[in-house]
Amino acid sequence: MTTEREPGSPVSMRDRMLELQPNIEGKGGVAEVGGPLSPIRAYLSQRGSGRVGDKTFAVVVLVCACSIFAIVLFILTILVFRSRLSLLQFGWRFFTRQAWNPVSGNFGALPFIYGTLATSLLALVIAVPLALGVAIFLTELCPRVLRAPISFLTELLAAIPSVVYGLWGIFVLVPLIRDVVGPFLVKTFGWTGLFVGPNFGVGILTASIILSIMILPIISSLTRDIMQAVPNSQREGVLALGATKWEMIRIGVLRNSRIGIVGAVMLGLGRALGETMAVTMVIGNQPAIAKSLFAPGYTLASVIANEFSEATGDLYLSALIEIGLALFLVTIVVNAIARLMVWAVTRGAPARVG
Amino acid sequence: MNIQPKPARFNAARRAATNYFVSGLSILATLVVLAPLAAILFYLIYKGASSLNLAFFTQVPAPVGETGGGMANSIIGSGIILLLASLMGVPIGIAAGVYLAEFGRSSLLGNAVRFTADVLNGVPSIVMGIAVYSLVVVEQKHFSALAGGIALAIMMVPTITRTTEEMLATVPLAVREAALGLGVPKWRTTLSVSLRTASPGIITGCMLAFARVAGETAPLLFTAFGNQFWSFKLNEPIAALPLQIYVYAISPYDEWHRLAWAGSLVLIVLIMVSVTLVRIYASRGVLKGGS
Repeated sequence: MTTEREPGSPVSMRDRMLELQPNIEGKGGVAEVGGPLSPIRAYLSQRGSGRVGDKTFAVVVLVCACSIFAIVLFILTILVFRSRLSLLQFGWRFFTRQAWNPVSGNFGALPFIYGTLATSLLALVIAVPLALGVAIFLTELCPRVLRAPISFLTELLAAIPSVVYGLWGIFVLVPLIRDVVGPFLVKTFGWTGLFVGPNFGVGILTASIILSIMILPIISSLTRDIMQAVPNSQREGVLALGATKWEMIRIGVLRNSRIGIVGAVMLGLGRALGETMAVTMVIGNQPAIAKSLFAPGYTLASVIANEFSEATGDLYLSALIEIGLALFLVTIVVNAIARLMVWAVTRGAPARVG
Repeated sequence: MNIQPKPARFNAARRAATNYFVSGLSILATLVVLAPLAAILFYLIYKGASSLNLAFFTQVPAPVGETGGGMANSIIGSGIILLLASLMGVPIGIAAGVYLAEFGRSSLLGNAVRFTADVLNGVPSIVMGIAVYSLVVVEQKHFSALAGGIALAIMMVPTITRTTEEMLATVPLAVREAALGLGVPKWRTTLSVSLRTASPGIITGCMLAFARVAGETAPLLFTAFGNQFWSFKLNEPIAALPLQIYVYAISPYDEWHRLAWAGSLVLIVLIMVSVTLVRIYASRGVLKGGS
């Protein structure tokens, strides 16, 4: 056992290891005869280093990480592949044509683009001021005791499934819009020309209201996070100049977080563009472009949900898939821009006084 | 606001009034936001609870015109689809998160994966539905529970990846170094030290992803498709609770509307219980957090 000694390794330690691991003895002994291999080294080499395990592990997690790329690429290629008929037949004009006639094989996406944009933008108009109000209340005004419960409740709104919003929309919101809100809007804002025509309760307005409720928690919770990221010294600085609380919020907080807030709004927009079930259930599903907000409409997502399973004919199917492709690309661009904006703010970029 | 020392601009009363006005507006906004939540929950309980009975949990849907029937097959079907989705989505999501936190913290590839995950998170669920339809259902030539599971799994991955990464990033470096210093290989360190330490947060992330896909209808429309009868086979169309709610909600029958409310109540209770449990668990865990 004492034929050779590792420099710096005390004997007692090695002996103890051997005592603890009696099975080393045999192999160690063999090694000792042939060469200058210490029992510890023999033990370690017999036990194996983590090299193989580490390599495998690194490769496995790398593959899983890259699978996220693969998913996005796979969605893109499969959608392009399946929509090739319609892509070849209509080209770019697909997005400017108003016709949607499955019988004659005449397809254009303009009514759906209009419906999607109208509902999403109107939803933003309703949701953004409310979300900002909630975020300001939660970060700046709310008593500490209420902060957690209220933010929990607003986030519960995000946990309600789309289909439940749709169900509630059909049986509660639609009658409400038809009998109460609609007549009121006609009386007050009838001169704008946005509230003309028969009001059945289903239509762009109802869809926008449902959408605004659904995107509110996303915008408000992100805005809250962004506003909390504004350093307190900014607030103190503005307050020290004699500002009121609102002036402090406006100058110290909102101005510093505006890029992030725009990003949060765009994330909400991305969600609104792709929202399917609730909108399908209350928008009325008619491929028409009407100026009135009471008129029924159709969105990119809801036409897929409604007509995909009954689409007969390859051209019809590929036109619907092309709509899906357009939706995919648009939401990716919107989300990418939004993410970059939110990242720019929350990633410890120094706050600027603008 | 240009604060100037001129008395004419320095109207304290007006500024105070603005301050109160805006504070009032923001409180009002909060109340307006909480109102729909209260309304939805009220209607769910008011309309749903009266329709809940034993038959709802034990029977399959009754044919049109007959009263009674339940959603037992949908509840089980949802369970099967969600189990499939979790089996596929959770390991991939956690592994990708491990890559981001342990290997690609500031590498180009890491940032690219992070960004792609965030973007994938925002892709509409209906697009997942038609993509999986195009790949799986068209190849198999029929709708299946498996296709539904794949669609939901894809939706779970980005959420789980990002939460896992964030949670692993909160594990102190010293803990890893301690393990490595004892001669534990890196893979073992990651699995039984880092992931273990961060597990409450990671479980939170998984449950949140689970709760999010549990209510998804759009990706199941063309993949799982729905089924009026019992089905336990993975390559056959299967019923799912959100799908069945959708079908019942847009139907013209009162009896079916009643079942839709009851189904929604059950669905939302399941989701909220899981989210709330996660909150409690996460706030008591080793690491607080979760997004």
